[in-house]
Amino acid sequence: MHEVLDVAVIGAGPAGLSAAVHAGEQGLRVALIDAGIQPGGQYWRHPDENHPVDDEAHGHHHWKTFTDLRARLKKLRLSGSIAYSSHSQVWFIERPAADQQPWTLRINAVTDGRDNTDSSRVVRAQRVILCPGGYDRQLPIPGWDLPGTMAAGGVQALLKGHRSLAGRKALVAGTGPFLLPVAVGLADAGAEVISICEAGDLSGWLKNTTRAAQMPSKAIEGAQYAAALLKHHIAYKPKTVVSRINGDTEVSSATVSKVDAQGRLIVGSERTVEVDLVALGWGFTPSMELVIAVGAQTRQDVDESLVAVVDELQHSSVENIYIAGEATGVGGAAMAIAEGELAAYSVLIDMNRRPAHSRIRSLQGIVRRSRAFAQAMHQAHPVPKHWTEWLTDDAIICRCEEVTYGKVCQSRDDLGAQDARSVKLLARPGMGWCQGRVCGFATAKIAAEIEGRKMRPEDLVSTHKRSLTSPVTLEDLGTPDN
Amino acid sequence: MTHTTDIIVIGAGAVGAACAYFAAHAGYSVRVLDRSGIAAGTTSACEGNLLVSDKEAGHELDLSLYSQKIWREDLEEFGSLWEFESKGGLVVARTDNGFDSLRALSKRQRQAGIEVEIIDAPSLKEYEPNLTDDLTGGAFYPQDAQVQPMLMTAQLLKLARSAGQATVSTHTTVTGLVRDHQRVTGVKTDQGTFYADAIINAAGTWAGTIADMARVSVPVLPRRGYVLVTEPLPPTIFHKVYAGEYVAATLSSDGGLQTSPVIEGTASGTVLIGSSRERVGFDATTSLPVLRQMAQEAAALFPPLRQVKIMRSYLGFRPYCPDHLPVIGHDSRAPGLWHASGHEGAGIGLAVGTAKLLIQSLRGVTTDLDLAPFAPERFREGAYVSH
Repeated sequence: MHEVLDVAVIGAGPAGLSAAVHAGEQGLRVALIDAGIQPGGQYWRHPDENHPVDDEAHGHHHWKTFTDLRARLKKLRLSGSIAYSSHSQVWFIERPAADQQPWTLRINAVTDGRDNTDSSRVVRAQRVILCPGGYDRQLPIPGWDLPGTMAAGGVQALLKGHRSLAGRKALVAGTGPFLLPVAVGLADAGAEVISICEAGDLSGWLKNTTRAAQMPSKAIEGAQYAAALLKHHIAYKPKTVVSRINGDTEVSSATVSKVDAQGRLIVGSERTVEVDLVALGWGFTPSMELVIAVGAQTRQDVDESLVAVVDELQHSSVENIYIAGEATGVGGAAMAIAEGELAAYSVLIDMNRRPAHSRIRSLQGIVRRSRAFAQAMHQAHPVPKHWTEWLTDDAIICRCEEVTYGKVCQSRDDLGAQDARSVKLLARPGMGWCQGRVCGFATAKIAAEIEGRKMRPEDLVSTHKRSLTSPVTLEDLGTPDN
Repeated sequence: MTHTTDIIVIGAGAVGAACAYFAAHAGYSVRVLDRSGIAAGTTSACEGNLLVSDKEAGHELDLSLYSQKIWREDLEEFGSLWEFESKGGLVVARTDNGFDSLRALSKRQRQAGIEVEIIDAPSLKEYEPNLTDDLTGGAFYPQDAQVQPMLMTAQLLKLARSAGQATVSTHTTVTGLVRDHQRVTGVKTDQGTFYADAIINAAGTWAGTIADMARVSVPVLPRRGYVLVTEPLPPTIFHKVYAGEYVAATLSSDGGLQTSPVIEGTASGTVLIGSSRERVGFDATTSLPVLRQMAQEAAALFPPLRQVKIMRSYLGFRPYCPDHLPVIGHDSRAPGLWHASGHEGAGIGLAVGTAKLLIQSLRGVTTDLDLAPFAPERFREGAYVSH
């Protein structure tokens, strides 16, 4: 009854947009499904296109790549090659009942659907390219639930999407290169950024400069940021963390401490900084629910995140499922764009078409170099080994269910929980609104820690596994296909 | 670490934990083994119901009423540890015939000792204001209660540990049993061999595998069920509410899919929506057609839930015996081996009665209830083929 498309692309960020446009231009019939109101994903989040601004490119990298892809998407939509569903998410993905049959995706609107009868729809496609992207990874600390504490990516989203400042006097803290654009973005927009607290010991970075040298564009980006930090008088402090956020009803100050190479707080190094905004970012967590729902093989990446296993042509371990972008390992936009295009060609090859070999080889080169650079970056910016020592018993771990660190520890000491799943069953972290999307990594980490072992991939799988890949109303769930 | 205890319990689910609790209180040293974590199997995939309403007069109801007494008397002081809530169950009928059979059932149940009140259609909304108008009547069961099953299991194990010599070894997989002639004297695991005078098989849906290791047959089969979980809501559903057909579904032996709406709120604000039953082995994939049917039935019963979001679903495998009765007691075919499994969808409620009776039997005293109807040897060899 439903038209069967050649390929469905999930996500219209750098990877998905690239995949959909290249697949469409090669004559495939494509469905592009994206949670955003307009294409671009988190990376190219930009002001509402219905109210154009003069300096749309402000604060963006690869912006011309985006506007080019956006123009091509528009053309392909007009010609009917791409059916684009914005503001939509897949709540259930169903594998083919038999060989040669299509995958079935059930999608609904991202909004609550309350005014939107008949919002659930079915999309069928022979092949699926998953480009679900990722979101900020968070490590809970005492006080992180106070208003005024935000994910670094959330601060960035307000800036990029709404030209809106999340605070006036800010600390940007955590680890990784993403802290730089967030701090500079805030300062450019007029906030006072006291410092960037980088937990990593960047001397480790030097060991890997040979890898960085293969990515000259990254070196240039780095130099630009260094200049911007100087211009705005933003102090860049390695081996420094925000270990506690203080305030009664909102952030009034943050406790900043020095840490040793293992992430232990150095006694006596604490000082209190008055701020109204703390932007926290500890790298990224790829969105893995669809990857796990289709049954694709996963692995733990250098940054400890759970990611999908793919081959050199973006094939997952599951037939007709391709994966591109952050879900294959956090590696940045350039890599995601290349992987998306590669996935489109991979689909063509599997349909016995012949995309240009030379282009494929050159894309694979970009992916290889970007991956090496990203891995060096991850190694230089690890999650501090002893981060849990910053936690107090009353620190909230799971904000949805208000589960404290003390309660998580009690599930082990008192009730005998010995793995992430048991902790979840007995103390309820990850059982609320967000279903562990925010605290899943931290919970898995704590569970492994209290057991005195390293976090395992299966700890993470249990925090990413969701039978319904996004929430759906009871009515939509009960509506038969029409 | 001593490798010899009086008793070994295989399985750290609700039934195993209750066995450990009563064993420790009787002065026995106990070791509980589980291949996974505490409450990791069917115990974490259920709703934690202690029901009398869904049972016809008979042996299971006797065990259920006996267990009620234990929950409310022996274990009363610990109720808050596992969120014991005597919320009451409301069974509703959707047709005149349905209401007639519900009245007939309640009459038999009342004779068997269950408290039950018949509710006419107009009064149903006094119990549940969000119910559909499309009902013909109902019955209210004040004894129906609920616990948080994972907490109940973990807390009973904790109480067992503090009562005496109890050890819980999780992530320890049983690989075989030790036999001394006919007698079962120990358990081989991937963490070493453990010895005991009595080995209790409380492996739930996997109890058949343990029985096989003793070369005896206990026909416990998996019967899959799903539960839908809503977003947290303000108080919306006040009792356990289900449609009368649920009773017929639990008692049916049909292997095909059966669904009937069972809906209740929890302390955390989520509403749990069941139920489904099907015999599909240990297939743990999510079946959309089943979820869809459950959603339709729940929306029909509680129209205001239609626009509520379902955050997730979970599934579990009920330990099902062909005659719908659990297996409790000593296995004369393998002396030293005891069984406490096969409680199907009622294992949380029946766990404590099962355990208390089993330990009485193990001590050699007269059991409060006759265990003969639950005897492990009651199944004719080869009469049931695993699915």
